[in-house]
Amino acid sequence: MNYQLQINNITKSYGDLKANDDVSLNIKPSSIHALLGENGAGKSTLVKVIYGSLLPDRGEMKWLGKSYSPKNPFDAREQGIAMVFQHFSLFESLTVEENIVLGLDGVRLDENFTEKIIKYSKQYGLDINPHQVVGDLSVGARQRVEIIRCLMQNPKLLIMDEPTSVLTPQEVSDLFITLRKLADDGCSILYISHKLEEVRQICSEATILRGGKLVENCIPQEHTQQELAEMMIGKKLIQLARSNINSGEDIFSINNLSRKSDDMFGVDLKSISLSVMKGSIVGIAGVAGNGQDELMELLIGEITSPPGTLSFKGNDIGNLNSHQRRELSMFFIPEERLGHGAVPDMGLNENMLLSRPQKSEMTSYGVIDWQNVETLTQKVISDFDVQTFSTKMLAKSLSGGNLQKFMVGRELIQNPELLIVAQPTWGVDAGSANNIHQALIALADQGSAILIISQDLDEILSLCEQIHVLSEGSLSTAVDMTNKGLEKISQLMVGSED
Amino acid sequence: MIRLIPRVENSTAMILLSPLLALTLTAISAYLIFVSILVDIEVSSVFYTLFVEPLTDSYYLSELLVKAAPLMIIALGLSIGFRAGVWNIGAEGQYVIGGIAGSAVGLYFYDVEGFWIIPLMALAGILGGMFYAGIAAFLKTRYQVNEILVTLMLTYVAVLFLSAMLQGPLRNPSGFNFPESRLFHDSALLPIIWEGTRLHIGLVVAIILSLIAWFGIKKHIFGMQIKISGSAPRAAKFAGFNDNKTVWYSLLISGGLAGLAGLFEAAGPAGQLTPGLPQFYGFTAIIVAFLARLHPIGVLFSSLLIALSYVGGENVQIDYDLPKSITQIFQGMLLFYFLACDILIKYKVVLFKTI
Repeated sequence: MNYQLQINNITKSYGDLKANDDVSLNIKPSSIHALLGENGAGKSTLVKVIYGSLLPDRGEMKWLGKSYSPKNPFDAREQGIAMVFQHFSLFESLTVEENIVLGLDGVRLDENFTEKIIKYSKQYGLDINPHQVVGDLSVGARQRVEIIRCLMQNPKLLIMDEPTSVLTPQEVSDLFITLRKLADDGCSILYISHKLEEVRQICSEATILRGGKLVENCIPQEHTQQELAEMMIGKKLIQLARSNINSGEDIFSINNLSRKSDDMFGVDLKSISLSVMKGSIVGIAGVAGNGQDELMELLIGEITSPPGTLSFKGNDIGNLNSHQRRELSMFFIPEERLGHGAVPDMGLNENMLLSRPQKSEMTSYGVIDWQNVETLTQKVISDFDVQTFSTKMLAKSLSGGNLQKFMVGRELIQNPELLIVAQPTWGVDAGSANNIHQALIALADQGSAILIISQDLDEILSLCEQIHVLSEGSLSTAVDMTNKGLEKISQLMVGSED
Repeated sequence: MIRLIPRVENSTAMILLSPLLALTLTAISAYLIFVSILVDIEVSSVFYTLFVEPLTDSYYLSELLVKAAPLMIIALGLSIGFRAGVWNIGAEGQYVIGGIAGSAVGLYFYDVEGFWIIPLMALAGILGGMFYAGIAAFLKTRYQVNEILVTLMLTYVAVLFLSAMLQGPLRNPSGFNFPESRLFHDSALLPIIWEGTRLHIGLVVAIILSLIAWFGIKKHIFGMQIKISGSAPRAAKFAGFNDNKTVWYSLLISGGLAGLAGLFEAAGPAGQLTPGLPQFYGFTAIIVAFLARLHPIGVLFSSLLIALSYVGGENVQIDYDLPKSITQIFQGMLLFYFLACDILIKYKVVLFKTI
């Protein structure tokens, strides 16, 4: 069989760590090939080797039948391998066509060029206006710009790194149409993801990595999502289920909360209203950058709100700071771990004190009881399986997943009556995400209320009984999930209402 | 090749070893400098005069402690503010204003006897320093004006204000128009704790203050507040700390302590208010604070070390006719090596062969 790209026994080490250990995979022409794995499984390393930004220690590659060892990304592009990165490299103040021309060599921006952009955009269903300024575009549109830029180089292999992590469901299905067309036209695609349902939908082959090693080359449709996930994390997943949905009266409500953003690129919040019942999990879905950060600041109390807009257990809390809100048993987990939810240069024990309520066993009259802090930190570490050498380990030395587990544990140990959490599993590996979800469900089963702000729709759908969508600073009413719920959410996410 | 690899936990061994390493490197560099510039003078004897002699004689020792006391008091305040990322560079100015305010109280009660006069002067000194640093706090919290510029520039204003006061209201009426105040009467002079020397109660106060500051930083949530505000402002908000309050606290504490040190200097070794009050203690205390790694107990030691360089430096000026800059070179090198060596606390050095 003629393979487009053959990778044989690639090994790449960083010191003692083998980021890729004897990895082989073959990409067929016109195929969409998934590269699956958790964070740290070695996906990025392998891609960097293919794209020429890393030299492997051992192993060889063949591209279109010939020996292939790119010295740099330029070399790789020259030979027909293009890549769309997870983080886009576009200039916000320039137009689409200017951005595209900047990324290419030996072309000028003229009418022919613009026409060529339009041609590609029609051919592959990549809806884009070449004259628009990139700063005004949605994330999905920016990704389309990146794809067109790659296509202009006539690639034979397109590498896509986590392409759907920031897209709405509608944008995802548009993207899939484009990708299928591309594959039919002879451009194979290496599709990096950890979203298993998507992989089963669109990929014809899958290579699964774990801890730098190849676990399996398989056909994703022959396995269930559960099986793929278990191959990926190397252990059994626990099924999520609420054992006890017993929601009581409203415990927390937001009433007509508006806020003008003080940041030039911020989003204004427009009269947001929402209520959360005891024992229920409420989700706010939406693409990042639609007001989530602004809302979270108000909910935590980093910025005060006008009277009457926030109420918790019958108290008007708009004027309270986070410390005083915690005193009422309201706890928070912000999205940003380092520098917001935790201080990077302080040990876990010191970080424990960040979210202490006013009356806490950790302090009395402001004097810190380090003995109790130590005990509590130990408890969080053991209860939430945080991998660390000691309680004094610096927050920045922990992996993202571990630090997230610590932060979730730190709040849950206070038995919050209301927990407000943003992106609970952002950048967290599947195993840890599963643990965190379980812990949240257990908390709600106990009768506490939870408000989740997340752009991971799967997460919202699997956890929440009541779902709202935040789009351009406006919050929708609760979506009725019984009748075409997903479709409605998708429409609300892109801001179109019916 | 040498490579620095971040440690997962700060190294306790290095926290203790790095100052010794820095001292050794400073000594080696100082030796090399002396060897290259000194003609006909034994380098070892200069070293002896610089570092050892001040410790062998009770007069020198007492002078060393006299110089260490104001450095300690000012550096304690600065170290608290620096932890919070509030850069009060103008402790010298607050020191001067504190000195003027406290002295004015002493002069107002001239010839009045009473144990309460010294505490009242100290209070006035603290309030004077607080007021002066408070200007910077107000401008920063209200108008986001950079406190580095405000405090630094106000230092020059303070020195001019001192000279205006000494030529005007505070001038000694029977002092032949010299710009000096009256000599303070006994009740307005600090008690001497070492008979026959100039060593005054200020040293005891400095040690007590450093213990209080240590408690505040290690054991009280206030220490966490300033530390977090300095290193992660958003996390400070998350924890419910008010960042304006942190700025106010930092400046009021460092300003108040600098003011107290100024009054102690006037009511202690000087015994009157003179144009010679500002002696760069406010600036040198910045070095002291950093040498101590902003640790209140460390300040006790680093101020002694810097005071040693002052006394030793004066001695080599007298004995060997060397320039005054020797002291500054020494202090500069010390700070440089301390900061450089501290990288070993957070990083480990790994040697590896290149291919």
